[in-house]
Amino acid sequence: MSGGHGNGGQAVEQPTSFAFTPENAAKAKTIIAKYPAGRKSAVMPLLDLAQRQEGWISRAAMETVAEMLDMAPILVYEVVTFYTMYNQKPVGRHHVQVCTNLPCQLRGSDGVVAACKQELGIGMGETSADGKFSLAEVECLAACVNAPVVWIGDDYYEDLDPELTRKLLQALKRGETPKAGSQIGRQGSAPVGGSPTLTTSPVKG
Amino acid sequence: MLQDKDRIYTNLFGQHDWRLAGARARGDWDGTAALLAKGRDAIIDEVKNSGLRGRGGAGFATGLKWSFMPKQAGPRPHYLVVNADEGEPGTCKDRDILRWDPHKLVEGCLIGSFAIGANTCYIYIRGELIREAEHVQTAIDEAYAAGLIGKNACGSGWDFDLYLHRGAGAYICGEESALLNSLEGQKGQPRLKPPFPAGVGVYGCPTTVNNVESIADVPTILRRGAAWFAGIGRPKNVGTKIFCISGHVEKPCNVEEEMGIPLKELIEKHAGGVRGGWNNLLAVIPGGSSTPVIPREVCDTVLMDFDALREARSGLGTAAVIVMDKSTDIVGAIARLSRFYMHESCGQCTPCREGTGWLWRMMLRMVDGSCTLAEITMLEDVTREIEGHTICAHGDAAAWPIQGLIRHFRPELERRIRDAAARAA
Repeated sequence: MSGGHGNGGQAVEQPTSFAFTPENAAKAKTIIAKYPAGRKSAVMPLLDLAQRQEGWISRAAMETVAEMLDMAPILVYEVVTFYTMYNQKPVGRHHVQVCTNLPCQLRGSDGVVAACKQELGIGMGETSADGKFSLAEVECLAACVNAPVVWIGDDYYEDLDPELTRKLLQALKRGETPKAGSQIGRQGSAPVGGSPTLTTSPVKG
Repeated sequence: MLQDKDRIYTNLFGQHDWRLAGARARGDWDGTAALLAKGRDAIIDEVKNSGLRGRGGAGFATGLKWSFMPKQAGPRPHYLVVNADEGEPGTCKDRDILRWDPHKLVEGCLIGSFAIGANTCYIYIRGELIREAEHVQTAIDEAYAAGLIGKNACGSGWDFDLYLHRGAGAYICGEESALLNSLEGQKGQPRLKPPFPAGVGVYGCPTTVNNVESIADVPTILRRGAAWFAGIGRPKNVGTKIFCISGHVEKPCNVEEEMGIPLKELIEKHAGGVRGGWNNLLAVIPGGSSTPVIPREVCDTVLMDFDALREARSGLGTAAVIVMDKSTDIVGAIARLSRFYMHESCGQCTPCREGTGWLWRMMLRMVDGSCTLAEITMLEDVTREIEGHTICAHGDAAAWPIQGLIRHFRPELERRIRDAAARAA
């Protein structure tokens, strides 16, 4: 089943309370208004908002969201445990998620995984002692023609190899903000060196 | 080769401005009110006549799907839901539409919604595509601000609201009824059908679910006419299509090409050919991970469309071409997909929940040959027990790659088992 980021049976220290910041509470209102009155559709965006605020989703956060949407808490727990993007325990400040599905594997994701483990000194599902990095394996990220792909924060880093992976992680360690997307300078999903198509101007005369 | 003038996605690589001004310069939002003025039935007829088949994998006729919606909205409002939960391994085409041509999608949402009598549309985008979601939201905001959507959209008299909804990581939500449950705030588990979404969809209301590429194709089809689209490709397999070419090619890429392009031409013209040359090709998964693998001799001549690939006992799926050269551990490759299907099973139906785990564990034994020859047949049997015995097609999708492997690579499976037995002896 989905829910690959479960807490693995380990007890996680749960905070006793959760509250959205005033800014996020205002955002939550806007989100709820996107859906017909009384519907529970806002549960996923509200959980995402909670995770963006805290870095993970605590029991207290789930209960707060349940209360806001007038849902039974169990229904919110079900959602949190079903989808892989909800972290049920704290993750590193840089949560490094490596795709290892077939298209990435064919282009060398095994080497990217090894480089991550070596550079960060942690294994899959682990967080570094300083809390800066955590490492996870993910399924297809839908960027297969730019494989191998690593997802960190809100960005994909594409066209990686072990050396480029190490450089990327070292830049993050130094507190830099590496350029997202292709790490070999490709234009989006165009073939390396430029496309033989779309060479004419699309602008209407 | 398709000419640039016949390409719909002229900003496929993000080489131009993706925002409203740039989109308008490329022809988006040009005379949209006049398109709507043709009326609901005329739009549906035009899309039917264009021969557009859904671009999400199943290839169902888009215009026909639209015609299943009630003619008049009753007390239950109609909804259009756009499936942007792209995640079939190998597939990354909708991503380029979402990030580089979002206005084609937004305009298509307006036209599609109007055609099915919906005043509201939700785009369900997979949660991982965060930057892409930002672009789509910007495009939606720009369209509202310019009066293109919202009250009296484009001055057409039609009120239209468009919202973006982000998923949170679950492949199964690409299945349309799982997507609807997820949109309602539940676990993304597929629904029993019937009722179909056109009768009972999101919030219990009549709903059409379309793929991103299908919807984004529509404005251009209406502007250029059904005959233009229908004139590209082969009968029943028409139009342009975004192909994703990944794996062991010199230059992996996305490209919009004509439906029915020979696979070999697609790989050699656009992706720089197979690594090490065509003769180094072992096999191709032609339409995303769930379509059965085809060996080189089939790849030599097969055309990339729905019917040609079905005749080759595979499928066009999402047109995601995963190329594997002779260095590939083909058994290991399919085993990796088996692990994926196990991980993504929603757990609702026993044959899939349990069976995908069985398949993966049996595949692991096939990888190193630590099993008996009889187990190949047993493995095939297990796939047949899963296929067709579940609420949704996830079970089928887990079964097909293994069936393709056994069909074309049985000698390789047998060799591994014999070698392992010889080593043990």
